[in-house]
Amino acid sequence: MRISKYLTLAASAVALTLAVGAAQADSHLKSIKIGTEGAYPPFNNLTSDGKLEGFDIDIANALCEQMNVQCEFVVNDWDGMIPSLIAGKFDAVIASMSITEERKEKVDFSDKYYNSPPAIAVPKDSDITEATDAGLDGKVLGAQSSTTHSNYAEEKLSSADIRLYPTPDEYKLDIANGRVDAVIDDVIVLSEWLKSDDGACCKLLGTLTPDLVINGPGAGIAIRKGEDDLREMFNEAIIAIRDNGKYKEINDSYFEFDVYGE
Amino acid sequence: MSVTRQMIEAQAPPPLQARPWSTARVSGLAAMALWLVVGVGIILFLVAEWDPEKIDRYAPRYFSGLWVTLTLVGISIVLGALVSIPVTAGRMSSSRWASVPAYCYVYFFRGTPLIAQLFLIYYGLGEFRPQLQAIGLWGFFRDPWNCAILAFTLNTAAYQAEILRGALQSVPKGQFEGAQALGLTRLQTYRKIILPQAMIVALRPYGNEIILMVKGSAIVAIITVFDLFGETRRAYSRTFDFQTYIWAAIFYLIIVEALRNLWNLLEDRLTRHLKR
Repeated sequence: MRISKYLTLAASAVALTLAVGAAQADSHLKSIKIGTEGAYPPFNNLTSDGKLEGFDIDIANALCEQMNVQCEFVVNDWDGMIPSLIAGKFDAVIASMSITEERKEKVDFSDKYYNSPPAIAVPKDSDITEATDAGLDGKVLGAQSSTTHSNYAEEKLSSADIRLYPTPDEYKLDIANGRVDAVIDDVIVLSEWLKSDDGACCKLLGTLTPDLVINGPGAGIAIRKGEDDLREMFNEAIIAIRDNGKYKEINDSYFEFDVYGE
Repeated sequence: MSVTRQMIEAQAPPPLQARPWSTARVSGLAAMALWLVVGVGIILFLVAEWDPEKIDRYAPRYFSGLWVTLTLVGISIVLGALVSIPVTAGRMSSSRWASVPAYCYVYFFRGTPLIAQLFLIYYGLGEFRPQLQAIGLWGFFRDPWNCAILAFTLNTAAYQAEILRGALQSVPKGQFEGAQALGLTRLQTYRKIILPQAMIVALRPYGNEIILMVKGSAIVAIITVFDLFGETRRAYSRTFDFQTYIWAAIFYLIIVEALRNLWNLLEDRLTRHLKR
């Protein structure tokens, strides 16, 4: 009696292990963990009660629905996004990550799901008149570190005194209190902030012409190298939601123009 | 022939016993082997990943970061030492008007994280720009470097005050009384009698405090001052190469090793009267 009980237990344990193993092997088809930052409105940010919202989040949900998989979001610091992806903390990054050559050495990207240029914002009473290297000469320029925008600033706007902040929240504080003379970020991110109460201090100075090497062709979904099936699934899903109007629906709830770009 | 020679035969020395393979010995050797493997592994990794292009590109940034770390910690430690003197006096004072504020100061700065103090001083005071401007202090607080120095100075002063107080109180009361009996002034007593003895006690804790500041300063990049660790993270964010962190660890180890040796020299100097 006792022996048969143990045998049953052992057998069910083996069965469970096999079932879990099979589920893991197939995990990409059933559920995907998606890494995002949660500090980059209007693309991805946390609401005051801790929920994720934004264009990236809506697009991710639409893609998951299109691919017929369960998606779970994981909030991760921007700096550690790519290492965490490689370490397997999540399976894809949907966080407005620009497709750049430097990043492509470590991870693969889907096709772009949107593209918008960098821009510069300044306080309303600023004496800076043009968004160029000469215009910013000797001025303090804030940017979020580890971003294409900070790379752009370091390479194209090097006459400015560049200060790098961990998240956009901090450079927003510092331009409001006058510690920095200008900030560089995505034009949509800046516009959204300028529309809010916090952005009342400042105005958009102008957009910059993106550099294909620094800024890349747009924001894509980062996945681990070699996971071509997953990449193809995302690519097909992006085309599908572009075609079936879902993308436009999401786009129009955030923007007055098509953020997908050319 | 002495009596002893006759009574006790000369004995052969006891045979040398092989040291037993005790648990402690085996685990000690295993731990040593593990460290060696890790050390050799790290060196091999650095050799394999050696990339002159990256070194050319990032080495100058590392050195500028190193300089920022050294100057930041150096200035803060010296200013902190100055601030710690009145705080120590307050802590040791019998007057409540002096001891309570000093106690609260030490209590706050030892009891809260350095990163929170840095954030409060930089971003928190940034919210009070009009008030700071009105009293003419905004020029100081506008600059992240000043804020970093201020936060680190106030933090280390609290720790240094406690080190100094402990060391002064470890000197026996008889030393004060003896000095008084000899007619020495208060200043002479401290300079010639008390401090030389207190410094022996305080030396190692001071060394620890400096080492902790060197490592604690790695958070300063949150207020845009790019020290050694800030530059490391910047290099990592563009290369995604873990050797960036290994190089940072090596630089920090070199700083700490240099301090350790300097402290050994200082201890030799301060305790030279105790050597036989």
